[in-house]
Parts: sequence; C-alpha cells; structure tokens
Amino acid sequence: MKTTYFLLIFLLFGSLQTAFATDPHEEGHDTKESPVDAMLHHIADGNEFHIFGEYSIPLPCIAWSSDGGFMFALSSTFEHGHKAYNGYTLHHGKLMRVNNANFPQGLVEISAGHAVKAHGTAEGHDHQTVSPDGVHTPVVDELKDEKQHGAAVSYNGTVYNLEDGKALQNPGTSWIDFSITKNVFTMILALIILVILFSKVSKAYTTRGVAAPKGVQSLMEPLLIFMRDEVVRPSLGKDWQKFFPYIMCLFFFILIVNLLGLVPFFPGSANVSGNVGFTLVMAVSVFLVVNLSGNKDYWLHVLWMPGVPIGVKPLMTVIEVVGLFMKPITLMIRLFANITAGHIIILSLVSLIFFFNEAGGVPAGVAGMGLAVPFVFALNMLELFVAFLQAFVFSLLASLYISSAIEEHHHDHEVEPM
Amino acid sequence: MLGIGAGLAVIGAGLGIGMIGSKAMEGIARQPSAAGDIRSSMIVAAALIEGAALFAIVVDLLKLFIK
Repeated sequence: MKTTYFLLIFLLFGSLQTAFATDPHEEGHDTKESPVDAMLHHIADGNEFHIFGEYSIPLPCIAWSSDGGFMFALSSTFEHGHKAYNGYTLHHGKLMRVNNANFPQGLVEISAGHAVKAHGTAEGHDHQTVSPDGVHTPVVDELKDEKQHGAAVSYNGTVYNLEDGKALQNPGTSWIDFSITKNVFTMILALIILVILFSKVSKAYTTRGVAAPKGVQSLMEPLLIFMRDEVVRPSLGKDWQKFFPYIMCLFFFILIVNLLGLVPFFPGSANVSGNVGFTLVMAVSVFLVVNLSGNKDYWLHVLWMPGVPIGVKPLMTVIEVVGLFMKPITLMIRLFANITAGHIIILSLVSLIFFFNEAGGVPAGVAGMGLAVPFVFALNMLELFVAFLQAFVFSLLASLYISSAIEEHHHDHEVEPM
Repeated sequence: MLGIGAGLAVIGAGLGIGMIGSKAMEGIARQPSAAGDIRSSMIVAAALIEGAALFAIVVDLLKLFIK
C-alpha cells in the first residue's frame, strides 16, 4: 500500500514536471511562441535535451558535407543559435547549416531569432510587410517569412538561409546529419536497458532453472509468458520458436521506447515511437520478415488466388499486392499516430495553463494549473496503458502477418487478418 | 475545417469502439468463462479501429503543420 502511494506521488510529480518542461522556452530572447509551435517543438527530434529557460543538456552534433567534410561539436557550442561553428548552428534546438561560401568558418557570433531576421528581411529582400500607417509589423512578417522561405540567420547584417540535413522530405540539401539526437540517444539508452535487463533475466534462468523467479526475473516473467502464450504460440502454431525472438525484440524495444517517451525529463522526453522514421524502420523489418519467410502457398494466394473464379483472379492479385504493402504501412501509421496523438493531447492540456494565464492573469493561470495537472496526470496513466497496448498490438499483428505467410493451406479459405 | 475533420474521425472511432464494447459485454454475459479471450480480442479490435481513426487525425495534423 505504501509503495502504491509512493508511486502515485512520484507519478503526480512526473505530470508536474511535464507542466514545467513545457514552459514557453527561450523566454529571454524570443518573442511569444504559439502553442502549436511549442507542441511541434516538443514532439520533434532535437539536438539537445531542453530543461527550462536557457538550460539544456548538450548532445554531440556530427555532420558531413561534400565541401566542408566532417564537423564535430557539442550542441552547447552553438549557445542556442547565438554562435555558428563552421557554418553550422542550432535553430530551435535543431542542427542546421548555412550553405554559403561567404559565411566564415570557425566559431562566430551570429544573430538569430525573428526580430533580427525581420530586420534583415527589410534590408535585403523585397517581401517586407508594411502596414498602412507605415509601421513595420514584424510578427506577421516573420511567421509568413519563415513559412515561405525557411529559417535564416544574420551575420554582419547579411541574412543567410539555413538548410536542413538530407532526408526523405528534403533530398536536395548539401549536408548529411549523423548527430546523436534526442531520438538516437533514447534508442541507444533503450538498447542498453534491454541488454542489462535481459542478460540478468537469462542468467537467472540458466542458474536457477525452473525454480520460482526472483528479483527482476519476476518482473519480466509475466510479460514473457503472456507474449508467448497469448501472442506468439496461438498465432504462429508449431513454428513459433523460430519467430519468438524477433517478436519479443519488437515488443520490448517498442515498449521501452514508448515508456521512455513518457518520462518528461532528461533520460526520456524524446518522442521516438512518435517519429515516423522509427516506425517506418520497424514496419520495414516486419515486411522483410513476412515476405522472406513466406512459403509457396502464401505467394500462390498473393499472386493467383486459388478457389475463386478465373475472372476474379487478376482483381484479387491487385488487391493482394496492395495489401502486401498496406499491412506494414498501417503498422507504421498506427504506432506513430497513437504515440504522437497521446503526446499532443498531454501538451495541449498543459497549454491550457498558458491560455488561462493569457486570458485572466496569474489567478486564472493558477486555476488552469489546478485543472490541467489532474487531467495531465490521468492522461499520463492512459498513455502508460497505450504504451503497453501499442507494443502489444504491433507485435501481435506482426505475428499474425508472419503466420499468414507461413501457414500451410488445405484449400479451406479463411479470412486473412488485415 | 480541421475541427470538423477531427470531430468526424472521433465520431467514427467512438461508434466503432462502442459497438465492440457492447458486443464484448454481451459475449461475456453469455459466456463468462470466455471473458479473458473476449477481452483480449476486444482490445485488439479497438486498437485497429483507433488506428483507422488516427489515419484521419494524421491527415488533419499534416494540414495543420504543413501550411
């Protein structure tokens, strides 16, 4: 009972931490950010662990470009975008590069932020917004400008555009990002946790045999037994041992990463499984395992469905081939959307405090906090459940897809799991 | 428009999950011994429906973030 209370208090503090961690950051030198931007910032990947205000835990930044070679720096070098090193700087916690030969190498002071950029825009470009009475309106201008022309920094009065690293959505940029970002850090941390946890558990099983579980072994045994008896064995049948390790890898990796994403402060706080790149890789691995282990029957059913009239067969082929790709895509989007939606809902409830504060001053803000903290607490509980549920659903569907690829058909046609 | 889209997605997901819940309750009432199996299949089906609704939410988010 005492432990339960302790846990509850700890979780309550956890949700309080979320509230503080979402404080509108960079207050010192930035204008007010809209809640949507703040939310985006918190669910996006970044090159530093932001704590509050000016304080953040730096992470190593590694970048490569064809003209500049490698660049190694800690993200604290950039001082939140006040300094540039070899043309690289941080823009809202994200590493970006100035791709311009005139930009100085080494560590230089730059001016970032909206005000300076709007100023630079007024000097250098032709798309400034001037209100009818001749007063420059930087807020509108800067938001519009950033949406249209991307981020920029200013050095010695000249505006330089910033470039993202090469990625699927922007293949044309000049540099490749190898940084240990928040997400990469959290994945490495999850791997370390898993290795420590499972080497302990496996050692316990080899030394203690079938004796009653002890210590961390008794934490893991219910999960292991549950996954074996409820997920892998019923769906995969007699071949279950071949795929058991893979399904367990999926389950525990996604679970640990989900749970770390719910921790609102330093070792967690990265939204890894809410990153579509991460879930894409998971889904591609499922796609490969399913299709590489598919037997003759599976491919026959995909390419030339037996038991249907000959006129329907080509139609079934099209549907089945589309289904081949849709299955991993649904896996990818389900995990990504569930986790991202959870994070956004928690963040919007936290934003309530700031809405209230804006509407009615500090007393209303305090009232908003009284409203938001219990809600955030409840939603954290729900997300704890969702973290388990999504890891479970992902591994369950992966094993169902694998079972549809390896099962022996006797020409009795059952419904394929979708 | 985004609000309408999100609302429609929630209506769909709510209907779907409500139906699963009611049928699962009926099933458990008729066959209490199968409660465990019914519950786990119910959760899986609910997660699948939620996934479908979240596709709509993702489209909404894309509209929101990519202007």
